[in-house]
Formats: sequence, C-alpha cells, structure tokens
Amino acid sequence: MDLSELVIEDVEAGSFRVHRSVMTSSDIFKLEQALIFDRSWLYVGHESEVARPGDFCRRMVAGRPLFMIHGRDRKVRIFVNSCLHRGALVCRQDSGNAASFVCFYHGWSYDDCGRLVGVPDPSGYVEDFGKSRRALIAPAHVDSYRGMYFVNFASHAPSLSEFLGEARELIDLTMDSAEVLGGWEVIKGTAKYDIRANWKLLLENSADNYHFHTTHKTFADYNANLRRQAGLGRSRINNVDDSRGLVFRHGHVAMLTRAEGRTIASPSPLWSPEAIAATRKLRDELARRYGAARGHSMADYSRFLIVFPNLAFHDTQSGFKLRQWWPLAPDLMQVTQWELVPRHEIESLAGYRLEGSVTFQGPGGFGTPDDIEALESCQIGFRAHELAWSEVSRGMRREARSDDELTARGFWRQWHAIIQGRAGAERVGDLLVAQPSAPTQRAS
Amino acid sequence: MRPAARTDTVETGTADIRAANAPAGVDAPAPTQENLLLRLAVEHFLFGEAAHLDNWRLDEWLALFTEDARYVVPATDLPDGDPRRDLMLIDDDIKRLRGRVARLKSRYAHREYPWSRTRRLITNVRLTRIEPQEVAVEASFAVYRSRAETIAPYLGIYRYALVREDNNGFRIRLRRAELDLERLSDHGAVSIIL
Repeated sequence: MDLSELVIEDVEAGSFRVHRSVMTSSDIFKLEQALIFDRSWLYVGHESEVARPGDFCRRMVAGRPLFMIHGRDRKVRIFVNSCLHRGALVCRQDSGNAASFVCFYHGWSYDDCGRLVGVPDPSGYVEDFGKSRRALIAPAHVDSYRGMYFVNFASHAPSLSEFLGEARELIDLTMDSAEVLGGWEVIKGTAKYDIRANWKLLLENSADNYHFHTTHKTFADYNANLRRQAGLGRSRINNVDDSRGLVFRHGHVAMLTRAEGRTIASPSPLWSPEAIAATRKLRDELARRYGAARGHSMADYSRFLIVFPNLAFHDTQSGFKLRQWWPLAPDLMQVTQWELVPRHEIESLAGYRLEGSVTFQGPGGFGTPDDIEALESCQIGFRAHELAWSEVSRGMRREARSDDELTARGFWRQWHAIIQGRAGAERVGDLLVAQPSAPTQRAS
Repeated sequence: MRPAARTDTVETGTADIRAANAPAGVDAPAPTQENLLLRLAVEHFLFGEAAHLDNWRLDEWLALFTEDARYVVPATDLPDGDPRRDLMLIDDDIKRLRGRVARLKSRYAHREYPWSRTRRLITNVRLTRIEPQEVAVEASFAVYRSRAETIAPYLGIYRYALVREDNNGFRIRLRRAELDLERLSDHGAVSIIL
C-alpha cells in the first residue's frame, strides 16, 4: 500500500479524492491506533463530572481503562485503571464518590490521590513495600482547558494549549457565554450508541451542512410545520449564506451557522414572550461583558467544532453537547454523547433548552438516526472496492461555505500527513482561495 | 393506603410514574377476581397496542394517547432519569409524538425507510396501583428489530399510566420504556417506537 496515494489533491483540476480503503483496511486501522490515538491529545471528561472531592468517573480512552478523580487535595487526576499488582480494575463503577479504591483481587488499596496505601500482609514483600511511594500510573500528559480534561499517551507531545491553537477561540466563546449563568455542568444521562461504520465518516458528518436538507428533511419539515402552525414564515435555520466552514492547524475543523432557538442567546419566534425577553436580556448582557462583536458571535452562531481526532464540541440550537467516538474496528465505532447545561439556568428557558436538546440530536432524535443510517450505508457501499475513490472537492474553487467540504478536506490533510509518519499537515486549508474571516474568528 | 394520584406531575414522566408504581410487589393490589379481570383488560390493551406497532399502524397507535400524554425513553445509563433535568433519549409530548409519527410515515426517515420488521414480546404485566380513574402498569418487554443484516433486541420495562375509559378501554397518559441495555450497540439508535 502506498500511503502517499490514499488522499490525492489536484489543486489545478479542483479535485480532492480519498481512497476508500482507508475506511475498510485493518492495516490502516492499526496505523491509526499507533500514529493518531497513541499520540494525540484525547478528551477524557469535564471538571463538573468530578465536582466534589472523592468524585470519580470511568472512561475508556483509546482502548485504555482510565478514571478521573477529584482528590482530597482538591486536585483532579486521571489514572490508568489497573492495579499495580496484577492488573485488575481498581475502580469498578462508572461514577461515584469514594475516599479509597480497594482492588477486589488481592486487596491492594489506593487513596483518592492514587497513592498505594495498603497491601494485605505485606510481610511477604521486602520491608516497607506497601509504604513506599508507589501510586497508580497516569497517562504521560494530563492537562485541561476551560474545564475539559485531556490526556496524551506519547512521551513527546505539544502542550494542550498549543495543540488546540485557534480552536480555543471557539471553545472560549461557548465557555464564556455561560459564565453569567454559573458556568457549564455535564448533566446526568449519557447517550451511548454504536455505528457500524468507519470512525472518520462521523468526523466528516459532524461539521457538514451539505447533507442537512436531504438527510434531515423530516427534521426541517417538522420545524417548518411548527412555524406554519404559529403563522410564521420560513426559518433562517441553516441559512448557508450566513454561515461558514473553518479549518485550523492540527486538523481541528468547524462550521458556524447563524441560528435561532439558542437559549444562549438567540430566541426562536416560537417561544413565549417571556422566554424571548429573557434571551434578549442575556444577549445584551453578553454584549456588555464581552463587546458587541464577541457577544454577537457567542449568541447568534451555532458552533460545530471538531477537535482532532474524535471530539465534537457542538454548541447549537440542540444545546451544548460533547460527543466522542472510538474506532473498535475499521467498520465499527462507539459513540458517547454528553450534554452540558448552565449551572443557574434561566427558568423560563429550561423547557426550550430541553426541547431543542431532544428533538434533533441523539439516538432517539429526529436527526441522528438518519445520520447513522447514512454512515452505515456508506460503509456497505465501500464493499464494492472497484469504486475506489470518494469525492471531497466541493467548494475547492470558491470561498468555502458551511455546506462545502472544506472542513472534511482540512481533516483529511492532517490525517494524511500523520498517517505517513509526519507530525502534521503543512497546510490544512484550501490553496487557491483565501480564507474568509469569520465574525470574530480567524482561520489559519 | 397509598397516596392518591398526584396531578401536579403530569409532564414529568418520572416522579409521577415512580409514585404510581409500587415497590417490588410488596403492596401491589391483591389478586382479587376484579383486579385479575382488570389485568386481563390491560393486557388486552397492551397486546393490541403492540400489534399496531408491529404492523406499523402508527395513526391508530397515536389515537391511543391523551392530549397531555408523555412518551419517554431514558438514557441507558440512567433508567430512572427525570426528563426535567436529565438527558433522555426520547421525551415526547403529544406535539413531538405526532411529529415522530409523521416522520416515520414519510419516506424520508431514512433509518426506517424501508421500515424495519419488529416483534414485541410483552410479559410480566403487573398492575401496581389501581384507582377509579387510572391504573399504573409495569410490564417487561423484548422488542426485536430486524433490518440491514442485523437483529437487535431492545430489552426493558414499560411503565404506563393508563386512563380508564368505558367498556374496559384505556388511553395512555404516560408511557415510559426503560432499557436494560448498557448501550445501543447493534441497535445504533432508537428509530422505531419502543
């Protein structure tokens, strides 16, 4: 297999093609594990999930069992969930609160800072064995940005802040927007589902507006119907002309779309006068605190950011959701979706936030099931390997809009560089067309 | 004596159904002839509902609900979740339920076009509270969905609040499907009505 020919970009011809074997090959799958997931910064959890000392939660990250815990010294740590002795899981619940963890196999115990504090009958070991400074091991790098904890298993890695780079500005907009409401917290209940398709298909799908009106026609019809019943005209939701795609260094990509129905803070005309007034007040407050331009960006634009390689940071009309997915095989991924809510939510807006949250996104919504169907349908199509290439060139010859494929190309360029053993792509954006400037963000 | 039905929790789908269902059969209604006959009437209703769904008679199914009805499917990791504050997979009022049916009947609900084949097994039907106007019911279910080379069973428990009508008939005020699955693995989504 010639790795250099898996993604072929011909700028002159306006052609960008991806070889479909990257979605089906077990060799590529292994390369991705070693070159992407063993080396990249990977999202683990949000600080609100371990808010109090002793709070913990478990995660599988790049196939490794990890757990995140808030220690008695007020520090949040992330450990490999495996006993130093023989390897059994020491944390055996998905979440909870505990002062210590006792391995059920032979009884070695650890405190909430990960220190080995007890070894039953230590006399069989060398003197002071159990009292030595042993502790659960942690991934090579653990860091957080705006309450989001990440790990990196590679010994050499850029700092998390450097890795997130310009994507931080989009993260900041969302994080800042809830400061006046006490900040964000992850609510209980997680959507966990599998998709029988290659993990990169969900990445392409998660910042793609081109598929909206075909794949999600029933959702668009449902909304149009509600508006009609309320005597309103066509919605501006997904207005392509007032939205855009962005690509960032390190392969992060984003789509910004002007939107109504954001409880922070762009009201829908379908809402009650009280809720509309509360949302406008909140928008004014954001403009006052952060300036008109930044407040406008925070309130009026939905942000569909993908942090390379597998975290969707979606602050949209469907609420603020984090979604992460792990490849288990070339044709199978596991998806987890969390929802974040302002700690002190405005009462009159809670119902509308809930409505937005369940109507579109998630495995029981009116949108996500059809995305899943599309991805699985592609994966079946790939079985006909005579049709070797996928076409990803839309918008190469113009200022990329949100319904162009700039975001997919940005990802593929980074993926292709890494899979060939390079640190990253020299260029993630399109070549012929200068990047337009976003409302307040810059693209690289 | 259990407290009377609460009227302030209609929209919650949780507190109400939890209050309505007796804990683990300890003080469930006695197996009097009257109660057993009522259970048969409830089973008759549930089996008829399942037949509507397995045959994709969605309009007939929708007609079984009251105007203030709620259809809820909690997250797999939080089966006792409260729709007022927790993440739900589905939390439909009658407006969204009508939208769900309209969607499934169109040819653009791609996950269900063509429709999957389903088979519902409903068993262990228990009336956990009997009132003049309403009965609270729980029942175990296995809903098999077969489509695209995969057969995936949804397993769990139904919790219903059924409004009693004339001639041993009922209407659904609350319908909550709590899944016993750790995740939606082969299922991917909840694209059918559970």
